[in-house]
Amino acid sequence: MLGLNKKDTSLLILVAALALFAPFILNPFPVGSAMAQFNAGYPDLMQRFVIFGIFAIGFNILFGLTGYLSFGHAAFLGVGSYAAVWMFKLLSMNVVPAIILSVITAGLFALVIGYVSLRRSGIYFSILTLAFAQMTYALAYSVLTPITGGETGLQLALDDPRVLDGAATGDNIPVPGFFGMEMRGSSQLEIGDWAFTFSNGYYFCAIIMLLSFYLSIRIFRSPFGMMLRAIKSNQQRLYYTGLNARPYTLAAFVISGMYAGLAGGLMAAMDPLAGAERMFWTASGEVVLMTILGGVGTLIGPVLGAGLIKYMENILSKINSDILHGWFAFLPDGLEDLIVTLIYPFIGKGWHLTLGLMFMLVVIFLPGGLVEAGQRISRLFGRKKADDKSEKSTSTEPAE
Amino acid sequence: MSNSNLTRRGLLKTSAVAGAGVALPTIFTASSAAAYTNEPTGSTVTLGFNVPQTGPYADEGADELRAYELAVEHLNGGGDGGMMNTFSSKALQGNGILGKKVEYVTGDTQTKSDAARASAKSMIEKDGAVMITGGSSSGVAVAVQALCQEAGVIFMAGLTHSNDTTGKDKRANGFRHFFNSYMSGAALAPVLKNAYGDDRKAYHLTADYNWGYTTEEAVRSSTEAMGWETVAAVKTPLTQTDFSSYIAPVLQSGADTLVLNHYGGNMVNSLTNAVQFGLRDKQVNGKDFQIIVPLYSRLMARGAGANVKGIFGSTNWHWSLTDEGSKAFVKSFGEKYGFPPSQAAHTTYVQTLLYADACERAGSFQPCAVVEALEDFEFDGLGNGKTLYRGDDHQCFKDVLVVKGKENPTSEFDLLEIVEVTPAEQVTYAPDHPQFQGGALGSCNDGA
Repeated sequence: MLGLNKKDTSLLILVAALALFAPFILNPFPVGSAMAQFNAGYPDLMQRFVIFGIFAIGFNILFGLTGYLSFGHAAFLGVGSYAAVWMFKLLSMNVVPAIILSVITAGLFALVIGYVSLRRSGIYFSILTLAFAQMTYALAYSVLTPITGGETGLQLALDDPRVLDGAATGDNIPVPGFFGMEMRGSSQLEIGDWAFTFSNGYYFCAIIMLLSFYLSIRIFRSPFGMMLRAIKSNQQRLYYTGLNARPYTLAAFVISGMYAGLAGGLMAAMDPLAGAERMFWTASGEVVLMTILGGVGTLIGPVLGAGLIKYMENILSKINSDILHGWFAFLPDGLEDLIVTLIYPFIGKGWHLTLGLMFMLVVIFLPGGLVEAGQRISRLFGRKKADDKSEKSTSTEPAE
Repeated sequence: MSNSNLTRRGLLKTSAVAGAGVALPTIFTASSAAAYTNEPTGSTVTLGFNVPQTGPYADEGADELRAYELAVEHLNGGGDGGMMNTFSSKALQGNGILGKKVEYVTGDTQTKSDAARASAKSMIEKDGAVMITGGSSSGVAVAVQALCQEAGVIFMAGLTHSNDTTGKDKRANGFRHFFNSYMSGAALAPVLKNAYGDDRKAYHLTADYNWGYTTEEAVRSSTEAMGWETVAAVKTPLTQTDFSSYIAPVLQSGADTLVLNHYGGNMVNSLTNAVQFGLRDKQVNGKDFQIIVPLYSRLMARGAGANVKGIFGSTNWHWSLTDEGSKAFVKSFGEKYGFPPSQAAHTTYVQTLLYADACERAGSFQPCAVVEALEDFEFDGLGNGKTLYRGDDHQCFKDVLVVKGKENPTSEFDLLEIVEVTPAEQVTYAPDHPQFQGGALGSCNDGA
């Protein structure tokens, strides 16, 4: 279907099903229970899952296929956000022009930065992209304050022109929408003790994520994708065969920059604010972590990695010592305190520590990321059923 | 490899799938029937405490959280009641808010707008918080304030000093108890005039972001109004840790006063550098060279150590104040945690009480009712003397403290001494003052 082979089609359907039923999958615990702490099915986090999924898919097109490690991808995300918020301010609260402009702007930035950075490879390329990203961050944070809002970020205001929407009605700032469908709108479904939230914004993002995912599959399977893989395996050999690799790497860089811009535009569409720290180098590092955690060069890996990191950031960091004491209240006092003291450094503000440990474990024991974990498990079960036939039946395989 | 083979059947299938995808979100459009966002229906009410637990302001965040926990304890009738006993409004009973037990959720802002908004959103969407409070930098406060306006919950700002929070970025659902840059400038100017005379040449080093700009502007305009001259104003990057290269030109400029519009670690480093360069032992234009730090905090004073001795600055509150409210607060905080509270702890504690009291007086948690109860509300007994929550911009007007680094500190908490308590009238400004122009409050939002 859709020009994909059978394996890819089933992968796409799997991702679509996951995205469609995410409100159910992510809310497995009843509302009042102690485990409700681990529910992640609220609109903001689900939107983050898919938006950072898009960001990581795009990053993977560059890093996974060509092997060029960009350490400045957050710059494109930030540029996309600023472009989108300016569109909301000047043109219309409809998300369509905002997202289109954010993709275009990020693409242009990527073209310029990529043209310069791609003259070098390896560590020099990484450092160049990092330098450019930090430069845009510093510009946005202070020098360009009139355009970017500086530290306080770019926000909507009541007196923005919004040419297409006409004069603002009422005393409140209008919210972004898709031809009248408000992004923040949602509806609740309550079944027994469970509550599920279906957010317009989430499904909008999810559909765009599916489209981006589909596009990424097509790129992976195209002759262009094969060329990118060739660059990764041996660029010298390509040059000796008389092929110029640079246009291909530049194209990959721009495409992945546009993905980042799309993610930035969507972030602004869900929450109309753009801040400079979105471009800070730690944000660039985060997407590298996502991709490696999930599985470099695999199709679905980056999405899984993005989900895992965002889950930890938003769920783990909110567990405080009171909640821990609540969980272990059934234990005798001394033991309760001991266990809480032992666990406490790893949750709440210590979530970075847990993430770091997990990252180390994945890199050491599962170099292929979460996808490799999935492959190992399915191989384990596959053997029991039908010999070694399942060796290649798993979702995807890492590029070499 | 691509294998595209366009067939009639394939096209039909594709468009059916795409159509279903596009139609999907419109299935779910019904909205819930609650009167306002997160209306508490059970026997409890949830507040969201959104403070920096990691990053440069983690110390302030930890102190804020302590104060929030203390406030919740007092609201629920535990402890000794703290400032609830000295508060001029007696609506609070010590049985929670409106009879509902107060519960809270905490989050980490990481001192980043995005993280702060994500954390606040999860409090609103997942935990059902009806009020968000906290923040330890103006960028975060402004971002979360805008979010709360959109979502239809009340935001009680924590430590945020920039004019913009209740200036160009003010929102109807947001309230600030803390003072601002303008007030710092207005309070400092007369004290500086008494101490250093009215013909000084000032040199500004300013942190290169919004708060730095508004503070520089405020201090400049109030000192220039009394006759000082501003020789130069140089912006320093926020990430700067060594200010030597910025300090050296100060001496050649002919200036005799250095104003450090820095906060947190920036201020600790720049002040230390300036003292190491021997600026304070110099004589320029026949006068002793002086250094001024517009915004002081105890945590900063501790970082800079002996270098703060004799240096003027302003602060919102200090634990050595001897009014009944301050004494009651210092006592209950000290008994619970073993050391005196910082100004960050004070402002967050007061904000929580003010919110609870407004709900009691309004008889509802409905944001618009709470806004109405807080607007133009006058109160006393919360440590800053008579205070007014002005309805025009949701800023508190109260006395401002001018402090000086203590010459002979007796403990690690006793680093600042109060030079003067500047009365509220002197720091009051018109809502349309040039430093606060632009932006509009809008109207309160109840959300869904």
